[in-house]
Amino acid sequence: MANLKEIAKMPERISGGHRMCAGCGAPIAVRQILSATKHDVIVANATGCLEVATTIYPYSAWKVPWMHSAFENAASTISGIEAAYRSLKRKGKVKKEIRFVAFGGDGGTYDIGLQALSGALERGHRFVYVCYDNEGYMNTGIQRSSATPLYASTTTDPAGKIRQGKQERRKMLAEIAAAHRIPYVAQTAIHNWSDVVNKATKAFEADGPAFINIFAPCPRGWRADESKTVMLSRLAAETGFWPMFEVENGEWKLNYNPASRKPITEFLKTQGRFKHLFRPENAPLLEKIQSNIDAEWERIKKICGAE
Amino acid sequence: MVKKQNKLLPLTGNEAVANAMRQINPDVVAVFPITPQTAIAQAFAQFVADGDVDTELVRVESEHSAMSCVVGAAAAGARSMTATSSAGLALMWEILYVASSTRLPIVMPVVNRALSAPINIHCDHSDSMGARDAGWLQLYSEDGQEAYDNVILALKIAEDKDVLLPAMVCLDGFITSHSVEAVQLLDDRTVRRFIGAYKPAHPLLNVQKPVTVGPLDFFDYYFEHKRQQIEGMENVFKVYKKAANELSKLTNRKYPLFEEYKTKDAEYIIIALNSTCGTAKAVVDEMRKQKKKVGLLKIRLFRPFPKKEIAKAIEKANVVAVLDRSASFGSDGPVFLEVANAIHDMKKKPILAPYLYGLGGREIGMAHIRQVFEELPKVAREKKTPAVKYINLREK
Repeated sequence: MANLKEIAKMPERISGGHRMCAGCGAPIAVRQILSATKHDVIVANATGCLEVATTIYPYSAWKVPWMHSAFENAASTISGIEAAYRSLKRKGKVKKEIRFVAFGGDGGTYDIGLQALSGALERGHRFVYVCYDNEGYMNTGIQRSSATPLYASTTTDPAGKIRQGKQERRKMLAEIAAAHRIPYVAQTAIHNWSDVVNKATKAFEADGPAFINIFAPCPRGWRADESKTVMLSRLAAETGFWPMFEVENGEWKLNYNPASRKPITEFLKTQGRFKHLFRPENAPLLEKIQSNIDAEWERIKKICGAE
Repeated sequence: MVKKQNKLLPLTGNEAVANAMRQINPDVVAVFPITPQTAIAQAFAQFVADGDVDTELVRVESEHSAMSCVVGAAAAGARSMTATSSAGLALMWEILYVASSTRLPIVMPVVNRALSAPINIHCDHSDSMGARDAGWLQLYSEDGQEAYDNVILALKIAEDKDVLLPAMVCLDGFITSHSVEAVQLLDDRTVRRFIGAYKPAHPLLNVQKPVTVGPLDFFDYYFEHKRQQIEGMENVFKVYKKAANELSKLTNRKYPLFEEYKTKDAEYIIIALNSTCGTAKAVVDEMRKQKKKVGLLKIRLFRPFPKKEIAKAIEKANVVAVLDRSASFGSDGPVFLEVANAIHDMKKKPILAPYLYGLGGREIGMAHIRQVFEELPKVAREKKTPAVKYINLREK
């Protein structure tokens, strides 16, 4: 893998001057992912923050060919683009080596785009699907998605007098992707550039579909300090809230395994979406979150064969 | 000129359409099964399996992905096609607009079938009529031969730089799609010469010139972009005529915007589209023998709608019965509305009589059409548009 100096010299594929919020994790994810290949890339983007804030006509922040079609179809859009590439390359009409990436938020990936993603993974297109996971529908105003964590307050599942935010746990999307038996699946987070670039490099070089779920904090939606994006991401890893692992040709590997995990309250207390959980009567809910994370951590470790 | 080797072949409508696709040899085709379109997907998949085409075939997991896939492929720079029916078209709905608004000349056979509920696999036009404002050209086909010709013609028009819009080629489910008729195919090279190479101006695959396709477009530009799309649709008429003349020279068949069947001196005209027109022609022939001045106007191009030409073609008739095979709940049928709009500012105009027929595959035979013609003199005497009549329906 390239070192930081070399990565810094890679051409920027998304320019500054876009209109993503201060502190947004998504463009960090995009820059890190796209710095991991020397080949030309073509990007498909699901509807979402990243799409709307980078392409307000007549401006575009994208220095590479880029396409947005709809919310739920980034994976089927990129399959069409990749099929066109295969076809025209076979006929000698396209000569270059090109890589294909789809970016979608968690709403566009875990929820409305899951079928299209599953179809594209199963069909074996050679592409990298990147879910920038900020745990909610942020573009439409912080609504609950199936990536929203337990008890988080969102605008469609707010904490109230009798209900304390989301009552369900988020689903394990990376595991769903891995169940397609594709060459490469990984879960990573924006605070660890070397982990991201390493995984993205493997994803780009995989001879088939690859899926990366990248934790990308949304300070706006999480009610957090926008100068603390990277810290939020790091805390998610250090508490075990967001395990960092990869599945390479079916082999699971835990990439970050601290000697002791920080208590989950270290992560939760940084964000307004969990504020209600720190009321005295909600102490059992905090305990529930901690015990869930402990159990999940052990489960992931077991799958990965980690000590 | 028509070559001798272009013999008549016994083909179903779906096979005729699949053969047009084989001859077009698209770069990318997305397939997903839905009755009664499935046979097109199957036949084309066999062409791929046998090496008759060098298409990249994408066997998608839904029609939504079929349309999304061909939209991506077309934007990438590939000539791209798919086909569907009914619920499949309904599932594509959102992306139909993306295809037309991104100016991607995708050609899609639509094998007309009723929409749910209740579920019904048989023919009516609710599917394509519902999509009539999606910015796609719509060509309707009386039989397998027309469906075949229309696919090739539609591709030529859609890809014209003055148009750059997607096109649906509609044919009646089962009635046309599954009936074997004599169809004459052009030879492959003639088709390929006629359609030429697909050369999109700004393909995604041209990485040297990166383009942003499908940006966020607000109140400051969106309207202008829609205006351009309207312009593209208006340009279809002139492009259609040129392409139709060119194809006509190769096939010896004519491709008017609509067919005027014994309408010149007709007092009573039926307007319809697709397979019912074949039945109506037989009735017209029979009634003409009895010296009845009746005729049929068969619409081929429904989007864009050639309103001036159609108004002129029916101006001398006493009564024009408009047969719709899809309901517009709470209003008149879509074909009726188009015709009414076409004639509304004419000084002397025929009286229109709206009919609804054939929903969910309800049979329409010669006797039904004859009955329509026989009802029209009464409409002429009463001098006003009657309430919609339902053909072959049990009211009690």
